[in-house]
Formats: sequence, structure tokens, C-alpha cells
Amino acid sequence: MRRSSHDSPAVKLLRWGVGTLGELLITIGVLLLLFVTWQLWWTDVAANREQADAIHALERGFAQAGPPERAIADADAPARPKEVAALTKVPFGEAFAIVRIPRFGAGYARPVLEGTDHDTLTRGVAHYPGTALPGRTGNFAMAGHRTTYGRPFSAIDLLRKGDVIVVETKASYLVYAVDRHVIVTPDHVEVIAPVPQRPGARPSRAWLTMTACHPKFSASQRYVVFARLVKNIPRSSGLPASVMAVPAGAVG
Amino acid sequence: MYGPLWRALPGPWQVKALLCLALFAGVVAACFLWLFPAIATYMPFNGNAVQTGLQLPAPATFDTAAT
Repeated sequence: MRRSSHDSPAVKLLRWGVGTLGELLITIGVLLLLFVTWQLWWTDVAANREQADAIHALERGFAQAGPPERAIADADAPARPKEVAALTKVPFGEAFAIVRIPRFGAGYARPVLEGTDHDTLTRGVAHYPGTALPGRTGNFAMAGHRTTYGRPFSAIDLLRKGDVIVVETKASYLVYAVDRHVIVTPDHVEVIAPVPQRPGARPSRAWLTMTACHPKFSASQRYVVFARLVKNIPRSSGLPASVMAVPAGAVG
Repeated sequence: MYGPLWRALPGPWQVKALLCLALFAGVVAACFLWLFPAIATYMPFNGNAVQTGLQLPAPATFDTAAT
């Protein structure tokens, strides 16, 4: 742009105005690109790191010798006096379990935290407060991101009937097997009812529900997977390797 | 907009360019650490408009189920 000292004040003002507007638009464009970069890439980087740290902390805590002070008692097993004190409530935002899903890869492990607010959902898989605890009769319901923030449930649509979902607590390994899935709008709260999709019904067995957004990068629907408890293995017995066998066609 | 900034920076153009880079890095860091996490809460695709998770076991919706 050639500037001339002969330009009238009006032309100078116009030039200044157009130039500033252009710089402003470029700035807004750069900021929007930065936001997309942050949302699609950086949240994964940060959340994966934070969630891996949480897994390590949980594993250390679970492995500590001595009577577990805050572990979840088996609901159906006979009382084992020295085993665990029943957990009746988990403080909001606290990680209390590890979920492992062989279909999502042999090394797949994510922390489960209490509460489903935005912040908790960025730190792992979120347990719906008020729903059953792992292994208990009722519905252990959890939500997870399908995209961004480490996307713990990104491959939820690959789960097939019979696929294993292991929820590891200080007391035991709760082994669930996938039963079915549904796709619903977000107001269908009956998917996390004690008996999934049968609100008001009295539960007689232990269910697990996973919810994630659907379709990807949208919040218009929910992809929901139901699973039933098939095994309750005390931690002292160890988790059989066969349980964690990665099914054919798994993602990783 | 950026003209006055460029003129305000001291030193030869190489120093000015370095300072500009540093300023830009600072703005990016501020966005990533504070601005974006704060506004992400309001993004519709994050599906967290209503914190119904706190009101279980009798919620009206479960919008908090994440994307």
C-alpha cells in the first residue's frame, strides 16, 4: 500500500479503518483456529496424561496392603469379615474405580469418578451419582466423552454382545458382559434406571450402563450400552488373563 | 492495530520479531490454559448445558452425558 502525504484526511481515516478491520478479522480467525486446535487436539493430550496419572494413583491405592478402608463390598458374595468396609457414598469428583475394556485395546484403562459435570467428564469416565455402585444390584451408570478430553468412549459403537467390561475396585474385579445398545435422545433418562429402560421396576441383578454422545461431535443423541454382571472376582484371587483377552477386530 | 505495537517494540527488526513471537506464545498459552477451558463449558457440542448429574436419581434430563 503506497502512502502519500497528499492524501486527504478522509482517505487517511478510511485507510486506517479498513486496515484495522482487516487486522481484527485476521485476529478473530486465528483465535477460532486456535480454539478448534485446542478442543480437538490439546484436550486429548492433556486429558490422556491426567487420566493415566489417575490410573497409576488408583492402582497404587488398590495395591496397598492392609484392610482397604474405602472399598466397595461385593453385593452378592457372602460376608468376608476382614475384606472390605462397604462403600455407601463416594465424594463428588473422586476417582474410585478403573474401567478396562478389552475391545478398546489390551492396555485400555480409564478412571471412574463420581459426578457427571463438565469438569469431572474431562478427567475420566463419570459415574452418575445416585445410581448403583459397581457390582451392586441396580444399575452402575457411567458417562464418557466420545470425542475430545481423552475420548474414553470413542469406540463405544464397536462393542458387541458378550464383550467384557471390567470395573476394578479396591475390593474386586466386577466383570460385566455387554447385552445390547440403544440410541436415544438425551431426555431418555430411563436408560440409567435401576433396571435399564424399565423405570420403577425393582432390580434383581447388577447392570452397567455406558452413555456417550451420538453421532460423534454432536450432542443431539446418546449412544447407550447395557451390560450385565457375570462375575465378581475378589482382588485377592487376581484377574484371569482369559477375561482380558482382546476380541478379534478390536481397535487397539 | 498491530502497527503501533510494532513501533512500540524496542530494538532492530530482528528483536521486534522475536518479541512478537514471544507475545503470541503468551496469548496462545493464556487461551489454552484459561480462556478456552472456560468457554468450552458453553459449547453445545460438549452437551453439558444442564448439570443434572447432581440431581439424580430423579433427573429431568441427562444432558451431562458427554459428547
